[in-house]
Amino acid sequence: MSDWGMQKAALGERLAAGQRHANGKVVPIPSLPAFLKSVIRSGDRVCLEGDNQKQADILASSLANLDPAEISDLHMVQSGIVLPSHLDIFEKGIARRLDFSYSGPQSARIARMLFGGKIELGAVHTYLELFARYFIDLTPNVALIAAVSADKDGNLYTGPNTEDTPTVVEATSYKNGLVVAQVTEIVDKVPRVDIPGDLVHFVVEAGRPFYVEPLFTRDPAAITETQILTAMLAIKGIYAPYGVRRLNHGIGFNTAAIELLLPTYGEKLGLKGKVCTHFALNPHPTLIPAIEAGWVEQIHSFGSEVGMEDYVAARPDVFFTGPDGSLRSNRAFCQTAGLYACDMFIGSTLQIDLEGHSSTVTTSRIAGFGGAPNMGSDPRGRRHPSEPWLKAGAEAAPGSDAALRRGRKLVVQIGETFGERNAPLFVERLDALELASALKLDLAPVMVYSDDVTHIVTEEGIANLLMCRDKDEREQAIRGVAGYTDIGRARDPKLVEKLRARGVIRRPEDLGIDPLDADRRLLAARSIKDLMLASGGLYRPPSRFRNW
Amino acid sequence: MTAATANTDSLSWYEASARQRIDALVDPGSFVEFIGPEQREMSPHLAIFDLPEQFDDGIVIGRGRLDSSPVFVAAQEGRFMGGAFGEVHGAKLTGLLRAARTLRQDVLILFDTGGVRLQEANAGELAIAEIMRAIVEARRAGVNVIGVIGGRAGCYGGGSLIAGTCSRLIVSEQGRISVSGPEVIETNKGIEEFDSRDRALVWRTMGGKHRYLIGGADAFVDDEAQAVRQAAIDALEVTRGYGVANLEAEQSRLERRLQRFGAARDAVDVWQALGIDKPTDIPALPTDAFLAAANNRENADDAR
Amino acid sequence: METLSFRLSASTRAGGTRMQAIVGVVASGNLEVLLERAAPADSCMIDITTAAHGFGAVWEAVVRDFVDRRPAGGLRISINDGGARPDTVALRLAQGVRKIEEPER
Repeated sequence: MSDWGMQKAALGERLAAGQRHANGKVVPIPSLPAFLKSVIRSGDRVCLEGDNQKQADILASSLANLDPAEISDLHMVQSGIVLPSHLDIFEKGIARRLDFSYSGPQSARIARMLFGGKIELGAVHTYLELFARYFIDLTPNVALIAAVSADKDGNLYTGPNTEDTPTVVEATSYKNGLVVAQVTEIVDKVPRVDIPGDLVHFVVEAGRPFYVEPLFTRDPAAITETQILTAMLAIKGIYAPYGVRRLNHGIGFNTAAIELLLPTYGEKLGLKGKVCTHFALNPHPTLIPAIEAGWVEQIHSFGSEVGMEDYVAARPDVFFTGPDGSLRSNRAFCQTAGLYACDMFIGSTLQIDLEGHSSTVTTSRIAGFGGAPNMGSDPRGRRHPSEPWLKAGAEAAPGSDAALRRGRKLVVQIGETFGERNAPLFVERLDALELASALKLDLAPVMVYSDDVTHIVTEEGIANLLMCRDKDEREQAIRGVAGYTDIGRARDPKLVEKLRARGVIRRPEDLGIDPLDADRRLLAARSIKDLMLASGGLYRPPSRFRNW
Repeated sequence: MTAATANTDSLSWYEASARQRIDALVDPGSFVEFIGPEQREMSPHLAIFDLPEQFDDGIVIGRGRLDSSPVFVAAQEGRFMGGAFGEVHGAKLTGLLRAARTLRQDVLILFDTGGVRLQEANAGELAIAEIMRAIVEARRAGVNVIGVIGGRAGCYGGGSLIAGTCSRLIVSEQGRISVSGPEVIETNKGIEEFDSRDRALVWRTMGGKHRYLIGGADAFVDDEAQAVRQAAIDALEVTRGYGVANLEAEQSRLERRLQRFGAARDAVDVWQALGIDKPTDIPALPTDAFLAAANNRENADDAR
Repeated sequence: METLSFRLSASTRAGGTRMQAIVGVVASGNLEVLLERAAPADSCMIDITTAAHGFGAVWEAVVRDFVDRRPAGGLRISINDGGARPDTVALRLAQGVRKIEEPER
C-alpha cells in the first residue's frame, strides 16, 4: 500500500515542532534560534529570501547561527546571494549545495569559496529559469521570506518590494513546504494582502525593516561626455528608426544617460510618444524627468528602488500600485513581461568577444546573471507582431517569406570601448571561459549569447549584427566599433568601410551627430538633487547619494 | 507637470572648470590671463614624485571687467590635485593680490581647494600665509577681495583660512567651507563623531546653507554662473574699511555665536536655535524658500 | 611619467586666427591639451607627457587618426595626461581644434 500523504505528514511534524516555540503563528525573536532548529532538517532544500533587492536579513543571520553538528547539508535555492550571512551558511558547513541567480555584492567571495570547494554549485541561473525550477525539480522544503507587515493570521503585506515573494510562496506552500516570514511589525490589519495567510505558517516580528539594496540609482553627476555620445547614438540610430516603444533598460550609466536625454535630445528629434512609452523597469530615479515631461505611459517593475516609494505612489497612472497606494512589484511577472512583451533590451556589459558573446564575469568575480539574459534574449515562443520586431526580423532574413518569418527582439549592448581602469570592452577570449575551465563547469557563464545580440553601440558607432551575412562580416562589424582596443586596431579597414557603406556600421557623422555636441548640458538632470527637484520633492534619495 | 529642458543656457558652477567659470563671470571677451599655460610655469616639485603636471599649476589668474568695472580674477581648478596650493599656484595668487593693492583693483577669488598640496607642503603652507597677508594689506588699502565658494573640492584647509580674510564670501549650496575635511575629522575623532560617507551630514555641517545661516558667508546663490556673477557685482558695490575695530567686532561676534550654539550636537539644532520654523526641511528647500527661511540668520557683516 | 613625441604631416591647416587654445584638465582619466600655432602649416607636432606607461602604440593610432580627420596643420600640441582613455583623448583633441578655430572676440 502506497502512502500518498508523506509530505503532508512531514509538514505536520514541522508545524507541531515549530508550534512549541510560537504563540499561534507568531514566533517571538528570542525563540527564533530554537524555532529554526526545530523546523529545519538536515538535507532540506531551503529558499532563503535573498532577492535582487530585499533581504530576509534576520532569518539569514539566524540560519547562519545554527550549529552544523545539528543541521547540515542544506541545499540553498535562492535568487540572490547578497548578504555576507548568505555565504557564512556555507563557510560554517550548514549548507553544501547552491543554486542561484545573482551575487553582485558577494561576487568576489563566492568565487573564492567556489574555488575553495566550500560550495557545491548546482548552476547559475537566470531569474525566470530558477523560478521555473522551483516548480519542477528545485521545490523548497522551507522558505524563509521577508515582508513589511503581517496580521496574526499570517496575511502578509510586502509593500513596494514584493519582488520574488509570491513565486517562492506559491512553489513552497502548495507543495507541502513550510513558509516562515520575517516582518517589520505585526498589525491588526495589513494595508493590503499580498500573500494570503493560509500559505504562511509562521511570522517573526523583526522590529525593524528588512535590508534593501539601492541598486538602480545612478548619479547623473558621474555621467561622462562619452556616455552621452553613446546615448545619442542609441536614441537616433536605434530607438528612432525601429520606433521602440516597449523596452527594458539595464543598469548602468549609458542607459541612465539615455533616460536623461529623452526630454532634451529626444524631444528635439520629435520622438515623444513614438519611443519609450512602455517599460519593464525598476523605478529608476533617472527616468523621473522623462516621466514628468509626459514621455512614459506605463511601467511594470521587478522591485522598487530605495527613496522612490513616495514618487511612485504619487504617479499611479504610470506605475502598478495597490489599493494601499504603494507600488506592487513582482519579479517573475516583470521578467516574463520583459521577455515577451518588450521589443528591446539595452544594457552594458564588461566583455564582448569577436563573435558577439558577452559576459560580466571576470576571473576573480562571479556576479551571476540576474535577469539580463531573460531580457536580453530572443523569445522563440513569441507570436504577436510589432513594428520593431518585424523590422528586425526582416533585416535578419530579407529574402524569406514575410508571413512565415519570425521577428527579432532587439538586444543591444552599449558601452565605451574602454571601461573602468581602462579595461577594454572587446576581447579575443572571454574571461568566462577561463573560469569555466578552472571550475570544471559544463557551460561558460555567458550573459548574452552572440545569436541573441542584434546591435553593439560604442562611442565609435553602431554595429548592426542583424545585417551581417557571415562570420567574417560579423567579426569586422564588431572590430569596426571597437575603437582603439587591440581588437579595434586589428580591423580590416577596407571591409569595415564596405560594411559602413551598407549601413551595417554607422558612425556618428553618418547619423548627423557631432561628437562635440555630446555635452553634459544635454542631460535633463545633472545631479541627484536635480532629480529630487524634478520629482517635486517626492524622490528621497538615501544619504550616500546626496550632496546637499 | 514640470517641463524638463536642456540646461544649455545655464552653467553649473559646481561642474564648470576654472576657465569656464571665469568666462561666465566676467564681461564677455574681457579676460586677459597673466602667466598663461603657454608659459608652462609649472610646479618644480611634482616631477620628483612622478606625478603629472598642469601648464597653469591649477590656477588661472588675470584681469577682466565685471559689469564694465575692471577687476582681477583668480580661479582654482578643483579637479587638478584637488585644487591644492603648491609653490607656483600660491605665488600666482600672492602676486595678483600684491598687484591689486598697488593698482587699487578689486579681486575675485574663485576657490576650489582641498588645502595645501602634500607633495609641496612647506611651500604651500608658506603660500597660505603670504596670501593671507597680501589680502589684509590689500584690504587695508581699500581693495575689496571677494571669495566665491561652490566648486567640487569645496574650500578646505588653508583655503578656508584665506576665505576667512576676504571682504565678502559668496557661497552656493554645493560649496563647503571647513578647516578640516570630513575624512580628516573621521580619522581623528572616529566614525561616531563624524561619518564622512554620510553625505547629508557633510553638507549640513559644512555646506553653503549652514555657513550662510551661521554668518560664515555673506551671500547665498544658486549653483549657476549668472547668479554668481550678479552676486559678485552686488558685492563689489560696498567697500568697507578694515582695521582693529573690525577684528574686535568679529571676535565678540564669534564669542556670542559660541555661547548661543556651543551646546548644539548637529546643524539642525543650530537652525532650531535660530528660530527656523521647520529646521529639518532646510536642506531640501529651493533657493528662494531658503532665503525666506534664513531671515533670522546670524549676521555675517561685522568682520567684513 | 612617460614622454612621447610625434611629428606628422597634416593636409589641412587649422582654421581661425587664435594663437592658442587650451581644453581639459589633468585629473584621473582626463588630460589637458594645449594647442599653439607654432608649427609649419603642413605639419602637426604633438608632445605627450603621460602617467600611464606602455601605451605608445595606442597614442600613435589616436593622434594619426586625429591628424587625418581634423584640420591640424600648423599646430604644436602639448598634452599632459592623467591616464585618459583613448576616446577621451580623441574628444579633447577635437575640442581643442574647435576652440582654436573659434572667432576672436
